[in-house]
Amino acid sequence: MALNDIEKLLEKYNNAETSQQEEAQLKAYFASDNVASHLEHYKPLFQYFSQSQQEQFTKDVPLKTKKNTKLYQWISVAAVIVLMLGFLIPSLSQDQKTTWADYSEEEQQMYLETKQALAMLSSNFNEGTSSLNALELASENFNEGLERASFVTEFSETTNKLLKN
Amino acid sequence: MKQADFVTLVMPFKDKVYRLAKRLLVSREEAEDATQEILLKLWRNKKKIGDYNNVEAFSMTMTKNFCLDRLKSKQAQNLKIVHSNYTDNSSSLQKQVEARDSVDWVSKIIEDLPEQQKIIIQLRDIEEYDYAEIAKMLDMNETAVRVNLSRARKTIREKLTNTHQYGIK
Repeated sequence: MALNDIEKLLEKYNNAETSQQEEAQLKAYFASDNVASHLEHYKPLFQYFSQSQQEQFTKDVPLKTKKNTKLYQWISVAAVIVLMLGFLIPSLSQDQKTTWADYSEEEQQMYLETKQALAMLSSNFNEGTSSLNALELASENFNEGLERASFVTEFSETTNKLLKN
Repeated sequence: MKQADFVTLVMPFKDKVYRLAKRLLVSREEAEDATQEILLKLWRNKKKIGDYNNVEAFSMTMTKNFCLDRLKSKQAQNLKIVHSNYTDNSSSLQKQVEARDSVDWVSKIIEDLPEQQKIIIQLRDIEEYDYAEIAKMLDMNETAVRVNLSRARKTIREKLTNTHQYGIK
């Protein structure tokens, strides 16, 4: 392209009157190697423009995060509800029957029967322990026998000594 | 709208959102956070997306507003100014090294422009939107956009010519 045209274009460019095509022409001219020496100082400008166009956004955008936070919110709500139920349930169950008169006749009878049965069981256990006393007696006799036997060993020791002499 | 649909909708302009955010906030981290925030906002309002007639223009407006808010906020006072992001370009290595300083200089000049002009330069010269779209995004009329753009371009030209002539870095 003729130098004259470029100068005209530059003038238009500085007055912001150029179209996009004309600006593209300018960019192409200044990207080439044969730039007129008196226009040399425009070169870095257009170089800078085309360089800046290359720059890219490389960071990832976490689009999913919003959903996760929502889920966490609901989990915390659920946790609070569970806690409140934990306090509520024991306080509800406090008004249970507590005295003997509160139970029906049938329940009272059942209670007495089980009490009797347990008493029988325990008396049988006691009988069992009393029969164990006999065994205790037998063990005492054994101990006596062992003491006697120790006399015998003592006797044998003294006879051995006598034999040595 | 499912996630895949959303991604295909957002894909074409997420880089533009990021670049505009970076133009305004300078720091790459800040710009990344801002872009993320914008995309999340869109995702949260995905039910309403059908009502917007131009999602891209809407997102760019949102980005502009969000970044200007960030700049005004107290947090922005701790904003890091980091510009070390010019390593990646397609020109040959030697050319790159040669041009690097002057290209760096261009970005500094743009950084010094008022916010409004910065945004317009970004939208016109880098993202190549037409004037009508820019006017709509910024809620201005086309003439005002042209005037601002012309001012910005002339400022840049002046400063560039000065550095070129005096060799001042």
